[in-house]
Amino acid sequence: MTKEFPEIYLCKRIVQAKLFIDNHFSEDIDLNNIADEAYFSKFHFIRLFKTIYAKTPHQYLIKVRIENAKALLEKNIPVNEVCNTVGFGSVSSFAELFKRITKLSPSKYQQQFKERQEQIKTVPLQFIPNCFAEQKGWIQKSNFQ
Amino acid sequence: MITRLNHVSIFVLNQDSSYEFYVNKLGFKVHTDAPMGPGKRWLTVCPPEQPDLEITLMAIEDGIMFKNGAAEQMRELVKKGTFGFAVFECYDLNTTYEEMKAKGIEFKKPPTKEFYGYEALFVDDSGNWFSLGQKK
Repeated sequence: MTKEFPEIYLCKRIVQAKLFIDNHFSEDIDLNNIADEAYFSKFHFIRLFKTIYAKTPHQYLIKVRIENAKALLEKNIPVNEVCNTVGFGSVSSFAELFKRITKLSPSKYQQQFKERQEQIKTVPLQFIPNCFAEQKGWIQKSNFQ
Repeated sequence: MITRLNHVSIFVLNQDSSYEFYVNKLGFKVHTDAPMGPGKRWLTVCPPEQPDLEITLMAIEDGIMFKNGAAEQMRELVKKGTFGFAVFECYDLNTTYEEMKAKGIEFKKPPTKEFYGYEALFVDDSGNWFSLGQKK
């Protein structure tokens, strides 16, 4: 990435906009309003945001929603509830977008996560390099294997 | 021929507190969080865009690794800020610095142009320090 470093006051405004997305991702965010609040033209705001975060504000919002959706799915929350909680209007568009980004449907993601957690619980040593397990004195405990 | 690094360890004073720092403040992802018996835990996290590099948040405990009071010595060294374990990277250092400061993360050095690049130094919840640079 080659560019001039943004001035510190520009940085602060962009950070505020990013943190606004982080904290309000589940709401019906109008990115025009964020640009206004940051005192930028929409074009300037998008360009600067992308320079800093390598994503447009819209792409970043989608990323935050999907990451939060993953976290909720990992807590075994039903897919339709997750969809509403993270700010998507319809389950089908949420599922389609989720699959496009993660390569798994939300329900498959949830199932795989659950299976992995079960494995971690029952055979944790499969997830720990042996050298560390040995140093911790865990390999002697056969119930971990 | 060695091809990749997949695990690296950071010694921490308290894994619960480190979870809060690395996951909730730095935004790292939990890779594996396995309970290993009473009071024991295997906890690894990954930088958001490096899902196959596991950073082990290693509790400093008496045992095979730390014998004869070595754990206490190690805890003291970590608290004193003896160890600088890694260099992290971000897209834009000024912005990342502002964001991390807003989250209450302590910096030993603000973004500074050095002869080798643009760098800041931050400290984790245990006392370990890290360099933070940006992609060129």
